[in-house]
Amino acid sequence: MGLLDYFRATRPKSANVAKRRLEILVAQDRRTQGEPSYLANLQKELLVVIRKYVNVNDDAISIQKEQDDDREILEVNIVLPDDGGNDRY
Amino acid sequence: MARIIVVTSGKGGVGKTTTAAAMAMGLALRGFRTSVIDFDVGLRNLDLIMGCERRVVYDFVNVINKEANLRQALIRDKRCENLYILPASQTRDKEALTREGVGAVLEELSDDFDYVVCDSPAGIEKGAYLAMYYADDAIVVSNPEVSSVRDADRMIGILSSKSRRAELDEEPIKEHLLVTRYSPKRVEKGEMLSVDDVLEILALPLLGVIPESQAVLTASNEGVPVVLEEKTDAGQAYQDAVSRYLGEDLPHRFIYNEKKGLLGRLFRG
Repeated sequence: MGLLDYFRATRPKSANVAKRRLEILVAQDRRTQGEPSYLANLQKELLVVIRKYVNVNDDAISIQKEQDDDREILEVNIVLPDDGGNDRY
Repeated sequence: MARIIVVTSGKGGVGKTTTAAAMAMGLALRGFRTSVIDFDVGLRNLDLIMGCERRVVYDFVNVINKEANLRQALIRDKRCENLYILPASQTRDKEALTREGVGAVLEELSDDFDYVVCDSPAGIEKGAYLAMYYADDAIVVSNPEVSSVRDADRMIGILSSKSRRAELDEEPIKEHLLVTRYSPKRVEKGEMLSVDDVLEILALPLLGVIPESQAVLTASNEGVPVVLEEKTDAGQAYQDAVSRYLGEDLPHRFIYNEKKGLLGRLFRG
């Protein structure tokens, strides 16, 4: 690390912007890369079924597939609204 | 048994074919029997970069379909007797490649060669998939540029999950990163991602840095693998990459802006 590195840090440079954008994007790509392609559809259809009974938002559901050594786990999280979503009935 | 090396990137135009030609020639010049295969069926270009485009008679697809044997299709390089080129077909599409067919050709090549270099097409479709499927080593080529780095990361994920080695639960493909079209001057100005930035994101061992260089275009104009242009920066950078691939521990060159006087050298510390 030379003296020049100190000067580099003070410049608002496009390379820094590029790196920041890449870090976010690549992390996101890596999360979704191993996912089976049916997950997005499954999520949509589950949401429709759940809404028959409870009034939830689009972002109330999240699905993740995890892999242990000897088994795969499909984890479905549904967050119910504070009022229990009962106002539908 | 040959070692199978795939040169891949995801994104097009980053220097895969230039790299495949340079690595293959570099290995052949050091005495290894080497063949290099163009997997870009329908858009063949390796023969042009190698300067043997007028000697193509049979191609990779002909061999897979048993319309010709390997001996008929392989083109011996005129500059180095250890080097053979297997061109892609220009008239077929990527569907002409099959996993079994590619496997059979690679197995036959393995008996006669020390290294088989597979020049992958861009993208992540069949040609690219088959180019990496049987690989032992991968050279992932990336420019210091956002879309190229992102695609390289995607390709690294595919190498570790979709290859034969991954499917058979064998030791994973040994991956190397080659950063091409690097401009130390622009990096210094903060206009280009640095090698360190790219390494931080892709986290692969660095095989080399090829500087942005007029020599690459000149060499491809003339059909000469740039590694043969020993006096040029890109030629030397590829020679270094070949040495590192073979296990030599060389310091990286062409990473810093060399247009500095005494002051610059002092600053670098």
